[in-house]
Amino acid sequence: MSPLARKRLGKIALNTTATLVFLFAVFPVYWMIATSFKDNDQIFTTEFIPFPTHFTFDHLDRVLTEGVAGNSIWLYLRNSAIVALGTVLVGSMFALLAATAVARFKFKGRTGFLIALLMAQMIPAEALLIPLFLSVKRLGLYDQLLGLIVVNVGLTLPFGIWMLRTFVAAVPKSLEEAAWIDGASRMTTFWKVLFPLVAPGLVATSIFSFITAWNELIFALILMSDSSGYTMPVALQYFFGQRGTDWGAIMASSTLMTIPVVIFFLLVQRRMVSGLVAGAVKG
Amino acid sequence: MTNASTIARGGGNSSAPERRRRSSHRPNKASGLPPKAIPYVLLIPGILVIAGLLLYPMIQVVVMSFQKVGLPQISGKRPAEWLGWENYTKILENDIFWSSLRNTIAFAVITVSLTLILGTAVGVLLNKLSKRMSTFVIIGIMSAWAVPPVAQGVIWRWLFDSEAGIINWALNLLPDWLSTLAFGRADWTGEPWLNDAVTVYLVLILTVLWASFPFIAVSVLAGLKGIPTELYEAATVDGSGPWRTFWKITFPLLKPVFAVLTILSIIWDFKVFSQLYVLIGGPTNREAFNLSMYSFAEAFRSPPKMGTGAAIAVVLTVILLIVTAFYIRQMVKSEEVQ
Repeated sequence: MSPLARKRLGKIALNTTATLVFLFAVFPVYWMIATSFKDNDQIFTTEFIPFPTHFTFDHLDRVLTEGVAGNSIWLYLRNSAIVALGTVLVGSMFALLAATAVARFKFKGRTGFLIALLMAQMIPAEALLIPLFLSVKRLGLYDQLLGLIVVNVGLTLPFGIWMLRTFVAAVPKSLEEAAWIDGASRMTTFWKVLFPLVAPGLVATSIFSFITAWNELIFALILMSDSSGYTMPVALQYFFGQRGTDWGAIMASSTLMTIPVVIFFLLVQRRMVSGLVAGAVKG
Repeated sequence: MTNASTIARGGGNSSAPERRRRSSHRPNKASGLPPKAIPYVLLIPGILVIAGLLLYPMIQVVVMSFQKVGLPQISGKRPAEWLGWENYTKILENDIFWSSLRNTIAFAVITVSLTLILGTAVGVLLNKLSKRMSTFVIIGIMSAWAVPPVAQGVIWRWLFDSEAGIINWALNLLPDWLSTLAFGRADWTGEPWLNDAVTVYLVLILTVLWASFPFIAVSVLAGLKGIPTELYEAATVDGSGPWRTFWKITFPLLKPVFAVLTILSIIWDFKVFSQLYVLIGGPTNREAFNLSMYSFAEAFRSPPKMGTGAAIAVVLTVILLIVTAFYIRQMVKSEEVQ
């Protein structure tokens, strides 16, 4: 075989493999979306129906009006959004302050704090479940979205600080020093110099926290007893009935839950990967 | 601790080069705080959250694992009763604990290995593709990574549905003789994948592998981009094959990246909960429990046995800490937390 032909063959093999990887990753997502637009005859069949040829909005309409467990899916989406946004608003503020402290100052106890951060990331959420459940009950936050927000801030903060500190450290200190020399106050320097430069990192960290809180299942299961306070991950469980599962409805709801996350992910994926790995690899 | 509080020297000309290396010190103007206090003030909210929501509950769960915490104690009618090691001896005698432990460890070992292998292979592949093709594949695999864990469980439960699942349809496509030879059956319609613990974990491994290899792939790709191409050119000139090149150049250079990815994968896969919860439909099939699910079921299914649940949670945490201890030590030793 001539070298040229061999090269071309290699390229074809490479691209074919890449296409297979792409299909393996995308097909399950596609299948979820496709199922949510098929009518029941095309869903409950042993045949393979690649496209929803009997295209229907029935399932989407049904989950948004009738919903599940007594409420429309809108309510659960709203609850999830409140919890996730609340977590982000509080969490990113705290994370930014702490990240600035560890990335910009040397002080007694800094090493200890960083080690505590690392340890905190190793603690499985499952281990905190029981004591936090009891505390939330005692504080009267049971069955309230605020309780979930508080818990989610705790779950996302260590990683948020860890990730954000690399972004703060990446801003050249000379910029702040220049501002100081020009007579800007600490606060002005922070808001006018550091903050705008850290903002992209802050967005990435916030999106990470948002997604974590949006996806959180285990605490939402135990801290919410009234169905009007369910978040999406909990509400989805109620589609699995005793007498068969309404797959059209559950796929429509999963699609609604997945779309915002996928969009966020694609927006910040590059920065998030660098943050995750850099946050862990180098200081 | 050695380089504590250089900031205390504030108020100097911060442009002096030998001083610039040190931390921020500047004229203390328009701020009522002494410079030394600033980092502590900035840390207050973070420390409160971490201490109150993570460290204190962690201590509480250890204490509770030595106590009897049932309904009367939860409702506050009776104080918690000290049991000593009884919760631990009780779970060690329970078969469900051992099957949960086995499931947890076997699942983590298999899934972490498969994820790392597949992720690395895809990362190397992405690095060889044209710019357009690699962007296309990255967007595809990212959408799998982005799917919420609960939705992952829902999707794969549907793919493996016994009646209308596409996996059974695909297996039915196999020629009957081959299917019979390999699996001992030809007709797959009605195969209940999610009834039996072993097949539940087969599906769970696939689910988690599908959702987590993209992150490995993209991280490996980012690492590969940092390796100078001259190294590979030199290797090619010296007649090194791709396999040899990977082990002699790529792997050693990416070792730190692999270390982090391994640890992150272990942490994630050890305590997988959401996907398993959806696949088995809540804590019902006890043979299919892992430690997370077992602890959850003990503590929150009636009658609640929170002491036992706490003991199981402590075991899970200790295992995780042992596995990750060397990683923390590595981080502390290196520049990382200085």
